[in-house]
Amino acid sequence: MSERTNIDPAKPEGTKTRRGNGAFSPNRDGSPWVARVLRLTTFRIVSQATFLGLFLFLLWVTWFSRLGGYPASLFLELDPLVGFATALSTHTVYRWLWRGLLILIPTLILGRVFCGWICPYGTLHQFFGWIFNIRRNKDNIGVNVYRPLFEFKYYLLNVFLVLAAFGSLQIGLLDPICLLTRSIATAVQPAIDGALPPSLAVLSSAPGAPEPRAFSGAWFIGFLLLALLAMNTVIPRFFCRVLCPLGAFLGVLSRYALFRIDRDLTKCTDCNLCLRHCEGASDPQAALRKSECFVCFNCIDDCPEDALSYRLTPKSFAQQIKGDIQKGAATLFGERVISKIPQTEIAAPDVPRRRWVLSGVVGAFTFPFLRNSRDVDDKGFSKKAIRPPGTVAEEEFLERCIKCDQCINACPTNVLQPSTLAEGGLEGLWTPVMDFRSGFCQLNCTLCSEVCPTGAIQKINLAQKLGTRDHKETGPIRLGTAFFNRGRCLPWSMETPCVVCEEVCPTSPKAIGVYEEEVERWDGTTVKLTKPYMRPELCIGCGICEHECPVRDDPAVYVTAIGESRSKNRSLLLNSESSPINPKKG
Amino acid sequence: MEAVRASSPSPRSQSKLDRRRFTQHAAVVGGVSVASAWASLAPPDWPLSLQDPDGERGKPKPRVLSLPEEGFAVEDSKVNAQLGVARGQKPTNLVRAAIDAIGGISRFVSKGDVVLIKPNVAFERPAALAATTNPEILAALIELVRSAGAKEIRVADNPIESPESCFARSGIQQASIDSGARVFLPMPADFELLQTPGAKHIGRWPFFWRPFVGVNKVIGVAPVKDHNLCRASMTTKNWYGLLGGRRNQFHQDIHGIISDLALMLRPTFVLLDGYRILFRSGPTGGSLSDVAPGNTVVACQDSLAADAYGWHELLGRREETLPDYFGQAAQRGLGTPDFRSLRIKEVRAG
Repeated sequence: MSERTNIDPAKPEGTKTRRGNGAFSPNRDGSPWVARVLRLTTFRIVSQATFLGLFLFLLWVTWFSRLGGYPASLFLELDPLVGFATALSTHTVYRWLWRGLLILIPTLILGRVFCGWICPYGTLHQFFGWIFNIRRNKDNIGVNVYRPLFEFKYYLLNVFLVLAAFGSLQIGLLDPICLLTRSIATAVQPAIDGALPPSLAVLSSAPGAPEPRAFSGAWFIGFLLLALLAMNTVIPRFFCRVLCPLGAFLGVLSRYALFRIDRDLTKCTDCNLCLRHCEGASDPQAALRKSECFVCFNCIDDCPEDALSYRLTPKSFAQQIKGDIQKGAATLFGERVISKIPQTEIAAPDVPRRRWVLSGVVGAFTFPFLRNSRDVDDKGFSKKAIRPPGTVAEEEFLERCIKCDQCINACPTNVLQPSTLAEGGLEGLWTPVMDFRSGFCQLNCTLCSEVCPTGAIQKINLAQKLGTRDHKETGPIRLGTAFFNRGRCLPWSMETPCVVCEEVCPTSPKAIGVYEEEVERWDGTTVKLTKPYMRPELCIGCGICEHECPVRDDPAVYVTAIGESRSKNRSLLLNSESSPINPKKG
Repeated sequence: MEAVRASSPSPRSQSKLDRRRFTQHAAVVGGVSVASAWASLAPPDWPLSLQDPDGERGKPKPRVLSLPEEGFAVEDSKVNAQLGVARGQKPTNLVRAAIDAIGGISRFVSKGDVVLIKPNVAFERPAALAATTNPEILAALIELVRSAGAKEIRVADNPIESPESCFARSGIQQASIDSGARVFLPMPADFELLQTPGAKHIGRWPFFWRPFVGVNKVIGVAPVKDHNLCRASMTTKNWYGLLGGRRNQFHQDIHGIISDLALMLRPTFVLLDGYRILFRSGPTGGSLSDVAPGNTVVACQDSLAADAYGWHELLGRREETLPDYFGQAAQRGLGTPDFRSLRIKEVRAG
């Protein structure tokens, strides 16, 4: 089929028809039909869908029976901001965090490809912005012009990095991978699980869980996700352009990128059509803001003059232009310059130096403000800030935890909960704490420590957790200590037999002992009571006693953080390192 | 049209409804009024009525199910022994010998049966700690049941700790799958209210129902364990794992509950797994020093008799009186704790 036959004779020659009549007819320029499909933007969409799918899959397999061998926290480890910020706060790079280089190095060469091609949260925003976009063409162009508001993410980044350098890691509040992991794990997955019909329950995020999973503060985490997604209707990719600290980090790096979108001044007619679908609001119609560009290639697709291309270090040719560009009489290397805007690049983020300083000062003061709020110090800590087994001491924990809540996602008993302000304070918001009313720490389980990407929960093995084999000297990991509230205990205060607590206590010998007593009840009957008491040197704070206590609303046996073995300053007993497996006889 | 409108500019004429619009409007108003009046005023038994004069209709009506009246028992035999005891080293031989002693598997399982096997998988413990049913004993039982022609064999329990981990760590999951049984882990939607007429406490209680759909034979297989509260947990206490809901209230009258369990479920037969015995620190154990070898398997249609045998001969507590639940259950005619009055056959298996 020749080129001729595809031209509609009714239309005058030169009318813009990019393709022929049939779905598979060749393009007007003679290229085959596949050229319409095999565009970079198509590859980009495939890449985005693949990475979003992989991300969701890895969250879904983060469960006891599915985990076998999958790198469940891969995206968190790939996140270069996680690696960089934890390196600032801990001066080390934990386990798999070197994987951040796999994103960091390409950014130095290609620009923010992560944002446009990989980031699952960005993909979600792009999808929402696209499907709920009801703007007319002109408004689309207007809404994708760069605004000074978009500098805000750089200030946020600076505040977070200064905080990290002082030892308080807060990037997880807004880092897109942490935010999305947390939102899906604690808000979206339980919502979907609840909607699944029983026949599809095997597909749920927590198959074989005796009760549906629930998470404290899920409403806030969920609404935050929805609100940020809905903001796409006001400003497309609001989160990515305005808030994203990872985007800001990559933006700073991408000023050195070797490749960028280049505008051919001899072709560009300043029509602004390249802004129609510009994801990053990076001004490809004028001087391209390299640090804002997501390398999505929509501008190249949209340009009717083929004036845009993605090229290796194109130099700015503004100096080479001869003649008056405003009068349309200028030439560049002998060719007529059509565009009236000579600049083609702004490399660095558009942030005035004084603003960098201001945000640094804010960070430097935020640290003592947070720290002096006493959630961390050894006298002011919350008795409910009970951390999972393997967690490092609170101060080091706050240097490491990125609030991604993968540990919470992996926990088979639902005991791990995102901390609200009540347990962890503002600094510890959304970090994992144990709530024994929703679950208990299962004796032979170390899943949370396996999936933690930053070592806030150090990878431990069972012998370490239980204080057996090579770890007899240090004894088991204690999460806290259980106490009896005799005023609410059935045998102690209500002449009613119970001791579920003793039954389920998993240590051997049991950390809960009993006094036996026969009493005459108010109605004249006699009843044999077994009244429980704690043997503190045996208690590991697993909380199964609290979880199983029938006095559900305010359990008669409850665990508090005192006695946790991760901090010497929070120990309870003089001799706290004895192993309950082989207790030292006094 | 513009011209017509311009010629009659009176506001009155513009506010007039034309006939068609009036009819439409009246139909909507009338229809909605009649429909809502019908729904709220028509007597409750009329179709489409929503009326609820005393608030009863609006209350949730729970679905209540019952197990078959005779349970899953097969007919008693006049000739076979009633209590089979096998001693030996190999789990496979033990299971076969114990069941052969009371008449062989074909007495209990027929071709085409759907059989539910209920092990004790309450805790996340390796098999060696004897807090759960021995997986080799379970596997041997599954093989035997299949050899009798069972169409489908199911394994189910509702553990105390997280179910997946319990099934995996105890080896029950692997043993069941390897020998071709279907494992049912409890999910929230799997529970239904079960009615047990005559029960003291669990007259209506959430029951792990899904694995019971279509089942016609039920076999319990439970380890011999010390228990902090009821003193010994064996085949009768094993049915605890079929219940859901607020099980932590059971401890307020654990003996009453266990005798209720005997009433709730009459099995085809039970197997007492005395291969390893958790003789102290039960029901959780946790240390090998709490475990003693037992090398015995007991088969019986009467779970109380099997448990009494376990109390006397396996836990070795014949000096002590039987736990209270034996007496309570026997009083209700649910079994014979005096196992010596039964026909007993003791065999040695290789």
